Amino acid sequence: MTEITAFWTAIYIAMLAAFTGYVVISRVPVILHTPLMSGSNFIHGIVLVGAMVALGLATTPLEQVIGFVAVVLGAANVTGGYVVTERILQMFDRSGKKPGKGA
Amino acid sequence: MDLSFAIEPVYIATIFFFIVGLQRMSHPLTARSGIVWAGAAMLIATLVTFFTTGLSNLVLIAIAIVIGGGFGYIAAKRVAMTNMPQMIALYNGMGGGAAACISAVALLATHSMVTGGIAVVGGLIGAVSFAGSIIAFFKLQGWMPSRPITFPGQQIVNMAIFLLTVISGVLIVLQPAAIPISAAVVLPLFFILSFLFGILMTLPIGGADMPVVISMYNAFTGLAVALDGFSFAPPNYAMIIAGVIVGAAGSLLTLQMAKAMNRSLGNVFFGAFGATDTDGGQVKGSMKAIETDDVAVLLAYADTVIIAPGYGMAVAQAQQKVKELTDLLENKGISVKFAIHPVAGRMPGHMNVLLAEAGVSYDRLFDRDEINPEFPATDVVLVIGANDTVNPAAHRQGSPLFGMPILDVEQAKNVIVLKRGQGRGFAGIENDLFYRDNTRMLYGDAQETVGRLIQSLKKL
Repeated sequence: MTEITAFWTAIYIAMLAAFTGYVVISRVPVILHTPLMSGSNFIHGIVLVGAMVALGLATTPLEQVIGFVAVVLGAANVTGGYVVTERILQMFDRSGKKPGKGA
Repeated sequence: MDLSFAIEPVYIATIFFFIVGLQRMSHPLTARSGIVWAGAAMLIATLVTFFTTGLSNLVLIAIAIVIGGGFGYIAAKRVAMTNMPQMIALYNGMGGGAAACISAVALLATHSMVTGGIAVVGGLIGAVSFAGSIIAFFKLQGWMPSRPITFPGQQIVNMAIFLLTVISGVLIVLQPAAIPISAAVVLPLFFILSFLFGILMTLPIGGADMPVVISMYNAFTGLAVALDGFSFAPPNYAMIIAGVIVGAAGSLLTLQMAKAMNRSLGNVFFGAFGATDTDGGQVKGSMKAIETDDVAVLLAYADTVIIAPGYGMAVAQAQQKVKELTDLLENKGISVKFAIHPVAGRMPGHMNVLLAEAGVSYDRLFDRDEINPEFPATDVVLVIGANDTVNPAAHRQGSPLFGMPILDVEQAKNVIVLKRGQGRGFAGIENDLFYRDNTRMLYGDAQETVGRLIQSLKKL
């Protein structure tokens, strides 16, 4: 596949993904806005895999430094985003008997 | 061991689980499993990426993951529930920063006009999201005044910076031989300008609008990640799809939030909401204080009580006491309901989460549309640490709050406002409610005040 074909394929895919994102989120109750924002914040943590490749293919020291920063930031996005979302959604679990101690 | 053949299949599965996860997160009953699905997918995607063909610096990658991941994990575990909104801003900013860095690496290498252009746009959006989210974090964390920060000619300065950013971006892409600026100068300049623009764009936005802003930067980061997906050969479809989904979903969420607060996006970004005082002199009368014992009597002889909590309750960590008070009143046969404004707390749904944490059952929580018709027939409304969301100025033309949907607590027979002092709300606007004849102010720290209220009630 030439670079230009791959580019247009990616555009097609991006368009379908945009519709997917729109449809998945529409009609969400207000109480789920915060967890959903947090959840989608976690999902763009996929930037981590791009950062890993950028650092992994880096050749010059400058590229390595920037790539290293990218991986650090991306990894924090992933773990932080996950834990925050998990903690918020935990509150929605009605079966969870023990009420918290007020953080 | 060469497992590079597994990368694409695993990425495809990852995207599938991301979408399923988001779908589940948008329904209350399945929400919790949604993040677990998405999390598992992210884990395998990260692991399989180590097998990318030609990948070196593996040790560096592992170290960076441990540092960043460790920080993210520990900080997120330690933070109190009340501070969650700024943590979302912080992690979102980091994602944006990572995206900006990937763009920078892509632009350092040789690039075609198309990939260069995409990387420049991705870098700009990522850097703006990074800088803006950090400012949002500072404002919500209280490390910076939360009010709008404005200066004369601000919008002109912002426009100028943006223009310079675009020009330097175009120079990077075109690399015109005629203009003797080396890439070593223009590339850092471009990122510094983008970063600066992100800061300047966020400074004039007040704390009350931060949820909308964070949500929008969340969509920005998604978009930046998607654009960065193009800078790999072949394109990283996982990044493109996940990024675009977040970009689309995040934009929609932003619009829904702005609607819930009755603010347009243009207003949020250019309105410098709450910077100026409202047209004073319109508020008549004075604030009337009341003692705890009198409130206890009032409550004890009431049939219906509605509690309108706000962020102040959460700051004072009074949720537990409020829950105790609720139980006490219910045991006396008094009906107690909670009126939850869509933006009570710092984000839509934040208050529900805080009350749920304290053990208040969901069927006691009512949203604005459900509860507003009930206020005229309510004996006592307890406003605990809420301000802007109960300000009847929203019904008055000319007020900066005009048109914002509020809880109509002023229609109740008695309104008791628990408040730390005589200060203003997050929006920095005088509250008419406090001056009404049927309103009494109960000053003090919400947790202590509710505690004393419980004691007084028990003695009755």
